Amino acid sequence: MNLRGMKQEGVARRAVGILLLVFGLLLAAGLCIAGAPGENPVPNIFEPHSTPADWIFYLSRFVLSITGMIFLVVFVLLVYVVVKFRARATDSPHEPAQVYGSTQIELAWTVIPILIVVVLFLATTRVIHAIQDAPQPPNAVEVIAIGHQFWWEFRYPALGIVTANELHIPVSDPANPTPTYLKLLSADTDHSFWVPQLAGKTDLIPNRVNTMWMDPHRTGVFLGQCAQYCGTQHAKMLLQVSVDSHEDFAAWATAQKQPAKNDETASAGRRVFEATACINCHAVAGTAAKGRFGPDLTHLMSRRTIASGAAENTTENLGMWIQDPEMFKPGSLMPAMKLSEADQDALVRYLETLR
Amino acid sequence: MSATITPFAQTPEAWKLPYRSKVGMACLIIAESAIFTIFVVAYLYYAGKSLTGPTPREVLQTPIFYTICLLSSSLTIHFASRFLERRARGAFLGFWFLTILLGGLFLYGTGQEWHRLIYEHGLTISTNLFGTTYYSLVGLHAFHVTVGLILLSIVFLFGLTGRVGSEQSARVEVLSMYWHFVDAVWVVVFSVVYILGR
Amino acid sequence: MSSDALAIRGAEIEGRPWVEALHDWITTVDHKRLGILYILYALLFLVIGGLEAIVIRIQLMRPHSDFVSPQVFNRMFTMHGTTMIFFVIMPVMFGFANYLVPLMIGARDMAFPRLNAFSFWLTAFGGFLLYFSFLGGSGLYGAGNAPDVGWWAYAPLTSRAFSPGHSADYWTIAVLVSGFGSIGTATNIIATILSMRCPGMTLGRMPLMGWMTLVMSGLVLISISPLSAAQIMLIVDRYLGGHFFDTQAGGSATLWMHFFWIFGHPEVYILVIPAFAFASEIIPTFSRKPIFGYPVMVAATVCIGFISMSVWAHHMFTIGMDSAANTFFVLTTMAIAVPTGIKIFNWLGTMWGGKIQFKTPMLFCVAFLFQFLAAGLTGVMLGAAPFNWQLSGSYFVVAHFHYVIVGAILFCIFGAIYYWYPKITGRMLNESLGKLHFWLFVIGFHLTFDPMHIPGLMGMPRRIYTYEPGRGWDSWNLIVSIGAFIQGVATLLFLVNLIVSYFKGPKAGNDPWDAWTLEWSVSSPPPAYNFAVIPTVESRRPLWDRKHPEDPDSRYE
Repeated sequence: MNLRGMKQEGVARRAVGILLLVFGLLLAAGLCIAGAPGENPVPNIFEPHSTPADWIFYLSRFVLSITGMIFLVVFVLLVYVVVKFRARATDSPHEPAQVYGSTQIELAWTVIPILIVVVLFLATTRVIHAIQDAPQPPNAVEVIAIGHQFWWEFRYPALGIVTANELHIPVSDPANPTPTYLKLLSADTDHSFWVPQLAGKTDLIPNRVNTMWMDPHRTGVFLGQCAQYCGTQHAKMLLQVSVDSHEDFAAWATAQKQPAKNDETASAGRRVFEATACINCHAVAGTAAKGRFGPDLTHLMSRRTIASGAAENTTENLGMWIQDPEMFKPGSLMPAMKLSEADQDALVRYLETLR
Repeated sequence: MSATITPFAQTPEAWKLPYRSKVGMACLIIAESAIFTIFVVAYLYYAGKSLTGPTPREVLQTPIFYTICLLSSSLTIHFASRFLERRARGAFLGFWFLTILLGGLFLYGTGQEWHRLIYEHGLTISTNLFGTTYYSLVGLHAFHVTVGLILLSIVFLFGLTGRVGSEQSARVEVLSMYWHFVDAVWVVVFSVVYILGR
Repeated sequence: MSSDALAIRGAEIEGRPWVEALHDWITTVDHKRLGILYILYALLFLVIGGLEAIVIRIQLMRPHSDFVSPQVFNRMFTMHGTTMIFFVIMPVMFGFANYLVPLMIGARDMAFPRLNAFSFWLTAFGGFLLYFSFLGGSGLYGAGNAPDVGWWAYAPLTSRAFSPGHSADYWTIAVLVSGFGSIGTATNIIATILSMRCPGMTLGRMPLMGWMTLVMSGLVLISISPLSAAQIMLIVDRYLGGHFFDTQAGGSATLWMHFFWIFGHPEVYILVIPAFAFASEIIPTFSRKPIFGYPVMVAATVCIGFISMSVWAHHMFTIGMDSAANTFFVLTTMAIAVPTGIKIFNWLGTMWGGKIQFKTPMLFCVAFLFQFLAAGLTGVMLGAAPFNWQLSGSYFVVAHFHYVIVGAILFCIFGAIYYWYPKITGRMLNESLGKLHFWLFVIGFHLTFDPMHIPGLMGMPRRIYTYEPGRGWDSWNLIVSIGAFIQGVATLLFLVNLIVSYFKGPKAGNDPWDAWTLEWSVSSPPPAYNFAVIPTVESRRPLWDRKHPEDPDSRYE
């Protein structure tokens, strides 16, 4: 080996060190992004706000500290070996001592990892059991989530509510918990419900019933999205969970239970809705529209976004979505309705009455 | 490098390694066993889960005679192999042919059963979960029997033209390993389909 | 003598039409030529798969990019994964096994040369069939559709209902056919190792590469077959109206998952164990010491082989298995970390007290050690099921497995190519270009795959063609993409080195690295018959015994 090579190594090692430092700082900064109170723009798994997510976070800290220590020890050993035992120009020409092994050393470095693994396993088992086998309390809010290509259907059987894409659940006071239990089903392919700050993800699989629960400790809006590739628009099957105070949740539920208001000024649009193919896929409670292939639109205007988060719920976007869904969500299963401009405007005005 | 062959150590006395073709056939058998295992798992997993259509209990008839045919063919091929080793070519050919006959009978029996299932009971591969898993599993096995029969027939034809002697007995042995495997698979398939799955 | 042989051959070739040479290569049953064909094939698909990765990274450089449509993006990640695993890593491993195993065990060829050729061409055909889908596959959106169902092809996305046309069939059949090729080669390797070792070479005296290739081949036999079975079932579903994975008829989507991952997990060991084999040959040579703890390395590898069949559902922690099942798979997953991890210590022990020469092959293996350490540890994190409920399906997993496949496996492959290229071609690769390739690739690799963990921790799922801005993912994705370009440049440099050195590289001679296994006792390239006289060996390092007759290994084993 030559001196130039060794110097190259030194330089390179310093470069790597600087890179690591920069990464560390960026990482720290990245993980500290704060949004406005109530808004949680970064779905960071290290900022949990619900018991399952909390327990996962504590377990992750434990696992990370153990693996971090292992990494440090072995990393230092590797660096030491690479530096100390490199061939030098001043070496004797003989081969070094030919050591074939050492039973004691190998035993030690087998037994210690086994012990570490046992500890990790026990810690993990506790959390698995705590999360998966937690008994459902009687005052839990029950939601049935049905995954579709490429939107979420939410039903509250006890409350008689059917909605889509934006989930509302009550905040849960640790002293008197009111968790939300979700039953997860799928209408077509596999999906996965992932709102990192509220719980780990669980899949929605056709012909199978999965369950999960969450009990958010503070109000606010939490973001997530589908986490199992389900087809062309998997990327825009976004999730929004609105954790409301008990009063707000009750108010929301009451409003959602109502059938659609019949606003006479939008009757032209309503006629367009009911006469074209819209009612084949969509439902509006209290009208003839009872389609279940697409989202329930009874309270469309109570949602902040349309197309499962693909666009803000504005007049303009509604119009564009109806005219050509491919613009927001190419590959979505909603067909372009190809309405005349007059019909489309009327339709949008009607939809905007569905509060 | 150097022109001289730098000497390595002296050859040890008896350096005997397994016959490579046997190892190869064993590997094939292991891989095929894994494939069959998956089909068996699917069959067992879906047992009783069909939403519609005929159930095994309603339509299956245990093929005892044809099973005896196939399992006996293991015996006959074993004897054929032994005869070949002992240079009894005539006996070898006779028992070899008997093996092919018995295997052919088995295939005939399978075909007959399928005919009955399809035309009398309306059970096809697309009828229900039972249909899908039954035809796949039994069909996969029947496919392997067919391939085996083709190979056996080729050897038989070579044997008729006098090309198979005791020098080929090791290779014939390898082929009979395959045939024994096919029979062993049938024991499993039979137990799963006609005994457990009902 | 062998250089004379080369000179004579050269004279023969002078007047030969190139068609004849081509014919020779296409009809060859010689393990060395088939090995080279496998490796060249893999390098071709490495470039193609790499281009697919570049397309993915350009699209993800910023949120809401429209560089490609979602349909094209989904095809890109499907093809990238399928290509890299089945048509790059597996062929390259089979290629090296093919080339080296007979030489290392003192044999003249593989046990079944014609099966060898047949298996190669099956695999090659599979790759070309898969890529024909770009031209011939008709899908939901017209002709010319590569598969877009992800490389795991989960049901029921692959059913006729959700994947009309033939794009899914191209995936199924191409991988099925190449799977049969893999089983053929694995059979060949096992038969060769068990039946064709030279006198004196007991299994305990084989180079570690022999053992590791043996275990890898055994795994191929029992894990590719489940995938083949599942693919046959898929074809039955799609074409014969079967209901194996038809959830409407009572079928189970999770059954596909189980079958796939019973293949899928051992598959990753099939990919990594040969990489371990390369490291176990290269690190001792450049540390000037024998491998530390040969018996334990063998035992650990065999253990890994067995345990790997029991961990598969750690890819399925989120599907809703009950706590008992989840706990079982955490146990087996944590267990397999032990034999895998202690190997790092064995390599460390090999380097300890040595005189390490940092030639290019060794540089790649040293980087492998650091990177495999990190990769293994993120694997342990993923093995803790509740942690997995957050991390799976996210870019954390993508970062983890690329850390293994690129950071560990590809680095070892590069090391192996630098190490054995002289043996295969008779010429040395350029050392300066090699070091440049190494450092550039290290920088690119870390720039891409270190930051990639972070968007995963911040909720970014995988297999998405775009993402929302403002979730804290934007800058990280940009950095990741920049690293990808750097890796691309480094790879191009590598390819240039391969080509130019073939014509202009210094002659290597038999044993440029002063190594100790049998392949270095013959000329570079070896004659067609490998050994003029089949050697007899008395230890694990026959050439050490020869070079140090006063202190042979046979005295200590």
